[in-house]
Amino acid sequence: MLQPVCPLSEIPPGEAYRWATEPAVAIFHTEDGEVFAIDDTCTHQDASLADGWLEGCEVECPLHASKFDLRTGRVDAPPAKLPVRTHRVAVTDGVVHVELSTEAPNLPPGAKP
Amino acid sequence: MEKVAIVGASLAGLAAVRALRRQSFTGEIVVVGAERHRPYDRPPLSKDFLTGAVTAADLALSPDDEDLGADWRLGVTATGFDPHNRAVHLDSGEVLRADGVVIATGARARPIDHIGVHTLRTLDDAIVLRDALKQSGRLVVIGAGFIGAEVASSARKLGWDVTVVESLPTPLSGSLGTEMGEVVARLHGDHGVRLLTGLPVSGLTGTDQIEAVELADGTRLPADLVVAGIGAIPNVEWLAGAGGLAAATSVPGVVATGDVTGSQHWTFALENPAAVVATLLGTEPPAAKAPYFWSDQYGVMIQFAGHRAPGDTVRIVEGDPEQRSFLAVYERDGQPSAVLGLDQPKLFTRWRRQLRSAPQEA
Repeated sequence: MLQPVCPLSEIPPGEAYRWATEPAVAIFHTEDGEVFAIDDTCTHQDASLADGWLEGCEVECPLHASKFDLRTGRVDAPPAKLPVRTHRVAVTDGVVHVELSTEAPNLPPGAKP
Repeated sequence: MEKVAIVGASLAGLAAVRALRRQSFTGEIVVVGAERHRPYDRPPLSKDFLTGAVTAADLALSPDDEDLGADWRLGVTATGFDPHNRAVHLDSGEVLRADGVVIATGARARPIDHIGVHTLRTLDDAIVLRDALKQSGRLVVIGAGFIGAEVASSARKLGWDVTVVESLPTPLSGSLGTEMGEVVARLHGDHGVRLLTGLPVSGLTGTDQIEAVELADGTRLPADLVVAGIGAIPNVEWLAGAGGLAAATSVPGVVATGDVTGSQHWTFALENPAAVVATLLGTEPPAAKAPYFWSDQYGVMIQFAGHRAPGDTVRIVEGDPEQRSFLAVYERDGQPSAVLGLDQPKLFTRWRRQLRSAPQEA
């Protein structure tokens, strides 16, 4: 089920929005104008990927430099080794809608469930 | 190029394998590693691994299902090198010949040869130290660099009485400069750890077990456990017959990367292999980013990026050093040269991005 999250205008291109659902979701608006949603918590250690370094369709964790592909959630660079979940996104009438994945999240050791 | 030998199976060696495959190398890859473990992540060894928050299994750098098509020879040490034949001599007696050789043998902890003095570099070191920390008592850490500070922080969390001794007047001044080195060093006192600076160790006492660390001014620090974090020595002895590292890598088809080159930064070992692999394959190297490293002490995330040089000025642009949460920018000729953050990951990352367009040369 798609849920409305925020107006796209609140996320400038190249920036991210942290949606404080459980577990939190990071919504990225790329420089090319695409919108992606992945789990916000890095699978390596507890860090917010919305605070990370967005470059193209890849985000680098702000702490330990793990990289994730926003399109697939796969790990592009360690120390993370498990992918982040991706969530389906639709932008309707200027509002970002997200459908949360039903898969189990890959939370890091010690992170809150 | 049909066969590449990678000597060293830690982060740099693994990154070299991945870079070869990403750069479409389809030939044979042999990886030689002196440690018995598959590539693992070293930074947590002094932090979450010591405190028990993560396990050895959590440290693996490769997912179980990653197949890079490489032949991993673990627990095998390179003993000699003939660069002109690109032949690596192994302690198993085998001579490994390849068209390209990546030297990634890393570095080892500088030791202090005395009973009860630990160093921390490898997973096996960390397992021994973690066990030694299971009881609590008096720990003396020799060296207030990042490893020493992180071990002090972890031991404090485990209930140890901790003293850190540093021969320099200001810890971390080589990396962060004097002003910021002082600020970061205050974390020890904040958390009940004694820091003694400007005092070299003059001796160690104890025959069956460690008893005390003695300092140049006559101070005697009783100790149940001592950890030395006094730097690293590149593993280059096996290259002696080849004329050393510089001579070996002056031969076409031979490159070096990671800590063996003298760098001690995790991100260099992660990113530089792609550049040296491009040299081997004759492809375009990726753009280099500004150096980046981090440390985690007493729950405070310390992040640094850039090329600081003596004479750079430091300006606090956000937060307050007294609160141990701030962002400091180093400047040279009015341009940012480096950035330091304490518990400011979002802002730090923004500044780190900007450094890329700043001048890189001192």
